[in-house]
Amino acid sequence: MAKMNKIRTPQGLEALRNSLLQQRDPKKPRVRVCLGTGCRARGSLDVAKAFMNEIKKQCLDIQVECKQTGCHGFCERGPVVVIGPKEIFYQRVKSRDVPEIVSKTLLNGEVVDRLLYINPATGQKALYEYEVPFYKKQTRLVLANNGRIDPTNILDYIAIGGYQALAKATTTMSCEEIIDTVEKSGLRGLGGGGFPTGRKWRLCREAAGDTKFVIGNGDEGDPGAFSDRSLMEGNPHSILEGMIIGAYAIGANQGYLYVRAEYPLALKHLQIALDQAREYGFLGKNIFNSGFDLDITINQGGGAFVCGESSALVASIEGKMGEPKAKYIHTVERGLWNKPTNLNNVKTWANVPLIINNGADWYAEIGTEKSKGTGIFSLVGKVNNTGLVEIPMGTPLRQIIYDIGGGILGGKKFKAVQTGGPSGGCIPERLLDLPVDFEKLTAAGSMMGSGGMIVIDENTCMVDLARYFLDFLQNESCGKCVPCREGTKRMLEIITDITAGRGKEEDLELLQELAETVKDFSLCGLGKTAPNTVLSTLRYFRDEYEAHVRDRKCPAGVCKDLIEYVILEDKCTGCGACLKLCPQQAIDAYGLIHTIDPAKCVRCGICRDVCPFEAVIVR
Amino acid sequence: MVTLTINGAKVQVEEGSTILEVARFYGMDIPTLCYHDELTPYGACRLCMVEVDDGRRTRLVASCLYPVREGIRVRTNTERVIKGRKLILELLLARCPSSKTLQDLASKMGLEHVRFKMENEDCILCGLCVRMCAEQMGSGAIGFVGRGQNREVVTPFRMASEICRNCGACMYICPVVDLQCRGVKSPGELCNSCLVITPQCVEKYGQVMCTLNSCGACLEKEEKIV
Repeated sequence: MAKMNKIRTPQGLEALRNSLLQQRDPKKPRVRVCLGTGCRARGSLDVAKAFMNEIKKQCLDIQVECKQTGCHGFCERGPVVVIGPKEIFYQRVKSRDVPEIVSKTLLNGEVVDRLLYINPATGQKALYEYEVPFYKKQTRLVLANNGRIDPTNILDYIAIGGYQALAKATTTMSCEEIIDTVEKSGLRGLGGGGFPTGRKWRLCREAAGDTKFVIGNGDEGDPGAFSDRSLMEGNPHSILEGMIIGAYAIGANQGYLYVRAEYPLALKHLQIALDQAREYGFLGKNIFNSGFDLDITINQGGGAFVCGESSALVASIEGKMGEPKAKYIHTVERGLWNKPTNLNNVKTWANVPLIINNGADWYAEIGTEKSKGTGIFSLVGKVNNTGLVEIPMGTPLRQIIYDIGGGILGGKKFKAVQTGGPSGGCIPERLLDLPVDFEKLTAAGSMMGSGGMIVIDENTCMVDLARYFLDFLQNESCGKCVPCREGTKRMLEIITDITAGRGKEEDLELLQELAETVKDFSLCGLGKTAPNTVLSTLRYFRDEYEAHVRDRKCPAGVCKDLIEYVILEDKCTGCGACLKLCPQQAIDAYGLIHTIDPAKCVRCGICRDVCPFEAVIVR
Repeated sequence: MVTLTINGAKVQVEEGSTILEVARFYGMDIPTLCYHDELTPYGACRLCMVEVDDGRRTRLVASCLYPVREGIRVRTNTERVIKGRKLILELLLARCPSSKTLQDLASKMGLEHVRFKMENEDCILCGLCVRMCAEQMGSGAIGFVGRGQNREVVTPFRMASEICRNCGACMYICPVVDLQCRGVKSPGELCNSCLVITPQCVEKYGQVMCTLNSCGACLEKEEKIV
């Protein structure tokens, strides 16, 4: 049976696709429930189950398809449900809404008004996905099919035109042509490095040796980033297809997917996709009768952030300690087991089928002069629309944060945006019109990184933020080279002193010197970028550091040792709400007005949170 | 053969050699702590960093690992290099203040004070012993465990190793453990006796022969006489 499934010719693939499309009437009612990690956390598994039950109960005479898809991107409003054939977009759907959706929308074509997205700016309701401002300004190429297909079903991927790029590449294009196309498209490494992908492939193809490897890097470890994850969970076949095309062009017969163990769903979906691809003959021997063999296996990461760095990742696959080594001889020449190895991020691989299908010129038209295509960002932090954003390179930060992200949470003031995860830097408000591409972000002291984008509002202390990221990085430093191991530790020591009010004037100079040396002298990308947050906050928010050191004040009211909670006499009504909840019994109630005893207060902030009259302030 | 410029001198060297090998061959001093002629270069101490201009850009590389390339221009003692080396040494000294190797290097490089909180560790995690045991003794009885601040050299599972032959090669090659700096009175202090040894000895004791062994003992003697 399995053998019969194998597809050997482009015609065979086309025939299968046509028969699938015939079976799938686009006019048929269907339900697509987002089962991405964000929506799962909000209970979309229950919603999907409720849909199955309810469809069985109510839809006796018509057939309704219920699809469990990958991440739709709009995680803030999850669980997201899209009802076909009209593609009505429901958000924040609970299981208890399901019977109503089935009876009204599915059976009678009516819209359940309260589940529609309301544009907070205009108050208008959005009926369809493309009417939601969050999606309107995006250009979804790589993520386009995430919400349309069931990631565990290869037929869904084939039905939307999947593996046609592979068929085209292996049957009509030479290896040189493929590499030329990728090079001409201007695709660059989307893991953060931004190395031209075509050039990397060419170097690997030309490297001496018969045995070559391709690796897909899905070890996304940055706090706040989840773009690789959503792609692996939502559209694993697009990654595989890109890798197979790449391996064919380079001449590799073995591929590895390195995925962190903390992504169990991604691992599961990738494994299913691999099995299915093997079943259909897209992996294995003689792919599309081209005489080209390839197999791909999954390697699970063991929980070290540094293993996202290419040489550490290679060491980890080899079974060694996940430690980077100097890359003066490139991985494309001597990588995995000292053989030429081409390593790309999973997002980069997923771009390849698009380029092969649509041509290099089509791709090169998107983006800026030096950064082509789209960038995928995990928009998180103090922003209204948390979620996954795909925009053409060169889109200004302001557009991402305000038009797509819907502005700052709670109408607060924007302070900075941190791009590139812990290794990136903070970009201040005056640079908000900065177009997002590799060069511009680097020039601003940040980086593209793995595509995290953390929005920071006025209530965040930049020194404390730098301390948080440094703490993460010094924990994740492998400890091999001195500047990274000792340097990040000392930087953390200094910055902790500053946040604790023990900072000295000369500490800022020392911090700057230390940061520059760690950046220059570290062995791998982790150490080289570790001081970015410190350097960029020192560059753009030096006044906050100075306030901590000179005035012993935290302007944002975050650093516990430098702030004081005070009850305003004129606002306090003596209601006793804070009194009851204070864990330290630090609040005295003489007469009506309450006061806080600073000696007892631990600055937990509960009193401020519970006060109904906003009488508790931070000084 | 490859032609390159190193500190302004044009030299011809064999292909495949590293910058450090070339520099040492021509008598140019580059400090190292994790390098040994007979072991695989490791590139961890970062003291051997030099500036390399390959025509496109100038960057800092670890000379113990960087293979020479045609036409590169190497500078081993630029301001940027010296500044970084000093800070790295300062970081190491704050970790292991009683190591004579580090104290001597500090004197040589003109490092005068350590600005960080002092600790009192022995090991600088250079990995020489690990490589010695595996590569030269064919044993591999010790290795690194842990990450970052928790990194240390131990036997597997911290138990007495069955394959360790007590050959002592790890101790022989260790740059920091064997010699303790005798000038340090209390942990956390920079000795720096060796910094001032040459002029004072020559001035006061014309006949003193011990300047090669920069132990600083003569200075102590001098104090006693006065």
